[in-house]
Amino acid sequence: MNSLKIANLQASIEDKSILHGLTLEIPKGEVHAIMGPNGSGKSTLAKVLSGHPDYEVTGGSADLDGENLLGLEPDEISKLGLFLAFQYPMEVPGVSIANFIRAARNSRLDEGEKVKAVDFYKELYEHMDELGMDRKFTSRSLNDGFSGGEKKRCEILQMSMLNPKYCILDETDSGLDIDALRIVSDGVNRMRNPDRGILVITHYQRLLEYIIPDFVHVMVEGKIVRTGGKELALELEERGYDWIKQEAVA
Amino acid sequence: MISPSQVEVDRDKGNFHYETDYSFDAGVGLSEDVIRYISEVKNEDPWVLDFRLKAYETFLKKPMPTHWATEDLKNIDFDIIRYYLAKGQQPSRTWDEVPDDVKNTFERLGIPEQERKFLAGVEAQFDSEAAYSRMKEDLEKEGVIFVGSTEGLKEHPEIFRKWFGKVIPTSDNKFSALNSAVFSGGSFIYIPPGVKLAQPLQAYFRINAENFGQFERTLIIADEGSEVMYMEGCTAPKFETSTLHSAVVELVALKGAKIQYVTVQNWSNNVFNLVTKRALAQEEAEVRWIDCNIGSRLTMKYPGVILRGRKARGEVVSIALANDGQHQDTGAKMVHAADETTSNVVSKSISIGEGRSSYRGLVQMPGHLKGCKNNTECDALLINSNSQTDTYPAITVQGDANSVQHEASVSKVSAEQIFYMQQRGLGEAEAMSLCVNGFVNDLIREFPMEYSVELKRLIDLEMEGSVG
Repeated sequence: MNSLKIANLQASIEDKSILHGLTLEIPKGEVHAIMGPNGSGKSTLAKVLSGHPDYEVTGGSADLDGENLLGLEPDEISKLGLFLAFQYPMEVPGVSIANFIRAARNSRLDEGEKVKAVDFYKELYEHMDELGMDRKFTSRSLNDGFSGGEKKRCEILQMSMLNPKYCILDETDSGLDIDALRIVSDGVNRMRNPDRGILVITHYQRLLEYIIPDFVHVMVEGKIVRTGGKELALELEERGYDWIKQEAVA
Repeated sequence: MISPSQVEVDRDKGNFHYETDYSFDAGVGLSEDVIRYISEVKNEDPWVLDFRLKAYETFLKKPMPTHWATEDLKNIDFDIIRYYLAKGQQPSRTWDEVPDDVKNTFERLGIPEQERKFLAGVEAQFDSEAAYSRMKEDLEKEGVIFVGSTEGLKEHPEIFRKWFGKVIPTSDNKFSALNSAVFSGGSFIYIPPGVKLAQPLQAYFRINAENFGQFERTLIIADEGSEVMYMEGCTAPKFETSTLHSAVVELVALKGAKIQYVTVQNWSNNVFNLVTKRALAQEEAEVRWIDCNIGSRLTMKYPGVILRGRKARGEVVSIALANDGQHQDTGAKMVHAADETTSNVVSKSISIGEGRSSYRGLVQMPGHLKGCKNNTECDALLINSNSQTDTYPAITVQGDANSVQHEASVSKVSAEQIFYMQQRGLGEAEAMSLCVNGFVNDLIREFPMEYSVELKRLIDLEMEGSVG
């Protein structure tokens, strides 16, 4: 029950099959990493689990603490406790970060109830301080004109404020310099706890030096083809993906 | 300051109707007799009747502007419209004296409440005439005049006759001619030199009767160094047949005066809203049109400023929202007629479903002028793939001592934006609303607080059911 459990998941976009029976279980308290070559379906997995309307699920199951995710609206999945940190966070001009996060928090309350402004800002500022974000950020339009690093910090800020049960970080390291990578990773590490499962999707081993995973999975052509400990990431860094692809085919 | 729960206005708010008896009814259709009837009921001076009859001739001669405007104008049937309906009462100075059916209407629209909270004066027009008109007493003592058009022309001709029909000549267009022939109601306002009103004056225009035409006439004169903000709101019940609203609004800002004219147009979707609005700005005067069009079937409105005096400033800030079955054809006219005059136009439109929004802008700067500046920004947001927007800028700049800047953009709310926001827990409609509110956010801030709250709510309501 206490896990994000994906079994034999199959999904396609515009009749092109991408996930070919993917099985993976992320219990609370663990950090899992998925690595894999470009085009292996890593980001598709993140979007399918979040309920992206462009993808069609053709088989298998995905359950969050025993609740079926497949077929739910993205906002319903979010409210069940799944958070996706986007590879490319969308820009929403005119909507301030503070108002957006507040609206997201309010969406989790009963109708008519609202978060208290004073408590909200106190909490928001604490998390911003941790992430080294200037307080002026609260009034900036969401991701509008942000640098790559600012966008990723803003994702982690939202993740901290929404207190999800499961986090999926999709290529969070892309476009970050070392300093930003450290700050973002620290933010994720602060969220590690026995009540939360984390899935880190990455192309490079570099991120996993900062966010040390309990398990590393290798994804090739829409399936997990190998699972190991954190040392598997190093092996992939040294040897590339070709040997695994060949093994997978063989 | 007012909280959202106190300004309870939505698109359906005006959609109700009380049966009303009218003492004066000009009947159906338009003729010289109808015009004579209106003038007689109003007990007007002969020059006003002459003005009306000449305007009627002009109206008959002028063709419909369908060579550039929408063909939908042809669906207006002038022969089935009722041009004058009134209860024959003088506007009351207290709400208690207003007849019950009319009072109930305005109470339901929240007008007396708003008056108590933040207004310096209110005029509430019901079909052809004002049912209620009152201004704070201290303003009367300072010499401020806030009356209807009939009273303005009759009691204060020395002030109003000079400018009446001068900013917008009768022959400006077919609908300004029609208004000049049958006008009734509206606000005539005079602010004496140096008087600065701390609170706004408000007019509320209500159409109650079916097949009715409302033709209010407004003239605001701000004398030297004075300041005034005027706000107007409008609603009508939704009838099966079309209703015509055709106002003429003239503003005169004398040397150093400031006028802000705020409109929240929320007509029901059967109203043809064809309005001519123009201001004259003398030396160092400033006129701002702050305009929001959410209702009506077709709105054609291009508020203008004639920048007649040196260093005069003109501005149009406009938001238009066109939903299914609506065409918001709006814009601005800036006529530079003196050195160092500046104008600014910011227009944002949102098209939802099969709604269509058009921007028409006119900027004129003759070559003999120096140091004039215009800045125009018009941005359109499309919500659905069948939504429509178009832009028709007409910019004439001569000489080399003036500058003009025009920026335009069209964007669409993307499915990825909505997915992103939904992933954080927002429902699809809420996400869409937030995007739209974000798009117009900077302009909504230009409206008085009491209206900006209402506008956000109106936009949220329009967005419901627009997704999918």
